Amino acid sequence: MGKLPDHADLVIVGGGPAGLAAAIEARKAGLSVAVLEREPTAGGIPRHCNHPPYGVREFGRLMKGPTYARRLVAEAAAAGADIRTGVTVLALHSGPRLTVTDNCGARDITARRVLLATGVRETSRAGRLLGGTKPGGILNTGALQGLVTLDGLVPFQRPVILGTELVSFSAILTLRHAGVRPVAMLEPASTPTARWPSAMLPRLLRIPLHLGTDIVAIEGEQRVTGVRVRGPGGERTIPADGVVLTGRFRPETALMKPSHLALDAGSGGPVVDQYGRCSDPDYFAAGNVLRPVETAGWSFREGAAAGRAVAADLAGDLPAAAPFLTIAAGEGIKLAVPQRIAPGARGGALQVRVDRPLRGRLVLSLAGKAVASQRIDTRPERRLSVPLSAIPQGATGTATLTVEEAA
Amino acid sequence: MAPTICVEASGRAFDVAIIGAGVVGCALARRFTLDGARVVILEKAADVLDGASKANSAILHTGFDAPVGTLEADCIAAGHAEYREIHARLGLPLIETGALVIAWTEAEEARLPALMEAARQNGVPVAPLTAAETYALEPALGPGVRASFRVAAESIIDPWSAPHAYLLQAFLNGATLCRATEVTGGTYEDGGWTLATRRGDLRASVVINAAGLYGDLVDRQLLGEASFQIRPRKGQFVVYDKPAASLAAHILLPVPTETTKGVVVCQTAWGNLLVGPTAEEQDDRANAPLDGAVLHGLRQKAETILPALAGHEVNAVYAGLRPATEEKNYRINRVADRAYVSVGGIRSTGLSAALGLAQHVAELVRPFAPQMVPLADPVWPTVPNISESAPRDYEAPGNCGIVCHCELVTRREVEAALSGPLAAQSVAGLKRRTRVLMGRCQGFYCSAELARITEGRLSEPMVPPHG
Repeated sequence: MGKLPDHADLVIVGGGPAGLAAAIEARKAGLSVAVLEREPTAGGIPRHCNHPPYGVREFGRLMKGPTYARRLVAEAAAAGADIRTGVTVLALHSGPRLTVTDNCGARDITARRVLLATGVRETSRAGRLLGGTKPGGILNTGALQGLVTLDGLVPFQRPVILGTELVSFSAILTLRHAGVRPVAMLEPASTPTARWPSAMLPRLLRIPLHLGTDIVAIEGEQRVTGVRVRGPGGERTIPADGVVLTGRFRPETALMKPSHLALDAGSGGPVVDQYGRCSDPDYFAAGNVLRPVETAGWSFREGAAAGRAVAADLAGDLPAAAPFLTIAAGEGIKLAVPQRIAPGARGGALQVRVDRPLRGRLVLSLAGKAVASQRIDTRPERRLSVPLSAIPQGATGTATLTVEEAA
Repeated sequence: MAPTICVEASGRAFDVAIIGAGVVGCALARRFTLDGARVVILEKAADVLDGASKANSAILHTGFDAPVGTLEADCIAAGHAEYREIHARLGLPLIETGALVIAWTEAEEARLPALMEAARQNGVPVAPLTAAETYALEPALGPGVRASFRVAAESIIDPWSAPHAYLLQAFLNGATLCRATEVTGGTYEDGGWTLATRRGDLRASVVINAAGLYGDLVDRQLLGEASFQIRPRKGQFVVYDKPAASLAAHILLPVPTETTKGVVVCQTAWGNLLVGPTAEEQDDRANAPLDGAVLHGLRQKAETILPALAGHEVNAVYAGLRPATEEKNYRINRVADRAYVSVGGIRSTGLSAALGLAQHVAELVRPFAPQMVPLADPVWPTVPNISESAPRDYEAPGNCGIVCHCELVTRREVEAALSGPLAAQSVAGLKRRTRVLMGRCQGFYCSAELARITEGRLSEPMVPPHG
């Protein structure tokens, strides 16, 4: 590895599935590409998800996460992307210009375009305002999998798992791999978040699943000794030596918050158009930084599309970013991505999530007229989509998404 | 196994033994060492600052609101002045934000003149502000401000680097630190103390009890009776992520009540925004459990003060215990015929008053201390800067890359904190020295890496061994 380049056609921040897929596509178009990854190894979150299913659509075979991550890195490197690990981006500037640091200290690098693919992280114990003491042994899935898969360290033997998202079951698989069976799985809602068949997993592995149950307080001095929970049967303490806090993902936007880029409160990610272009059109974004949370495969496809969009943009083949149509999230809508529709292509769809369980019609209206509508019976964690083809070419102003609830 | 760091103290004779390495103990160690004493500091925890000093609001108070004419007011004023005098030499930050005492009700507004008068009597300049002037200084304040006054000299510091620096200066000038060394008893005879500890006995001419939350118990152990009674008072805090810091330029203080200064909103030296503390009485001296409902309440309180906080993320929550007693005052008790001083009841103002307390205790001890000659040319070390007000290691070459991405802590910083004579002995000690694990992800990204780096180097491993 020579010195970090001080310029590239495309600089990609984040070497997970979205960033690496974008790198591969941009290289195919002949662009010079630098991928900046702050971890010691590229590949992203799949690196420590030591279970299938990964890679079926990308590589035509079923893989475990680490194999998939290595394959992604190998493909991007073979395509000629300059993948730099141990490089942390400190600030984003217009230009586009990035302030970065590594072992050589801080300096700036420039690019013709920048792609932000920084992914997501789970909500911490602090972010959840959970009560109790602060012993060792309270981890998010990400930290747990880092310990178990990368280092072979097992932090506890009888943990409680909070959450029933897909990632929660990924945590169960990781623990199972380490020979650990959780003593309980807790879900504050009345039904599991993830859909069948994952929701069958606790029963298959004989892990008690407690619905309508939340953590009141974590107990223990040096290490966790128990978890005080409140559920349908009142309050009680479950003896345990650890807590895995799963899911409640949020986009990793620490870099974007102090920057000049517009963020969307609903999605938690940067504002983008259908090409993944940010409010500063020199910046693009793809993958889970756009919204919590989709699979690695989804992020890969989103990254690939963004890589192609950047190549088209640099070739002068991308329509102007403005005038655009703004998509506003109305009553009942948690998020809609992209938030802007620029002139040009109408492939793809709006990704939509609701903010509570809802039954009725999802309606996209423009100038007081419904341009698209569909019947829904959905919950916040479920993916909804509205085809962009429903939006007339040349529309500007604001189109509003709302839910008309069934009586 | 942690190294036995205290072999050099066993069986030795010291001029001054200080029990407790909190902020007060560290300041005392520095003072007595510079004054020429042979000092030993005895700490029962695996690392220093592990009791009351591990959690506070990190403000360097002027003492404008201290009870007029009290020892507390004097010590805060002297401590504040000495910190200002020495912080640059030790590499410590001083962020002079100033504070606003804000009245939100008619009753609070009516109390402002008396508070300003008390501040003037304490020798602290203040300036009254109208509601409009207040909003001009702090446009993010919520509706309902009636008036305020500004205390220009109230500042933000790093609550751990400061005592670490005091201790380091003491150490480099000859003091001995013994961690994991709980005092189990002691006898005074022939003009000196023999202290029994978990790691052997040692002799000292003078004993100073700076045991904080355990001060009355230490008194009882060594004197047979205690001159005060510790009544732990818990304070819970919520820390917002860095983008929130721009919402408050000043330390935003409420009009205080009889029992507490109330809930403060202020920046931290690391660029976060802090809200707290609560004031809750409890019996437990060791644990300060967080309460989810109280934390939600703090969030709500913070959002009435700064409505824009509603959109900001919480990075961290923590709780500390103040070593309050059955009385409001500091409880300094000198037992001259046994060469003993207990420094008790140092509640919320310990961080600000520590250097002043050390000056005061040095004077109290002088009559029965051995003859001491102040060091002619003491060593002045600097501690690594981890605050946002000065350059950080991640900007410099040779930093070996970043380990904690949220707080931008480098591998070189972690390695430095884990090595040397005052090396971190616990995860908590490592956090206080470097900020690892204290950022927005709370270990999501760096726990695994830190477990690897710290393996075999801490008294309690991050990941327990399972045989």
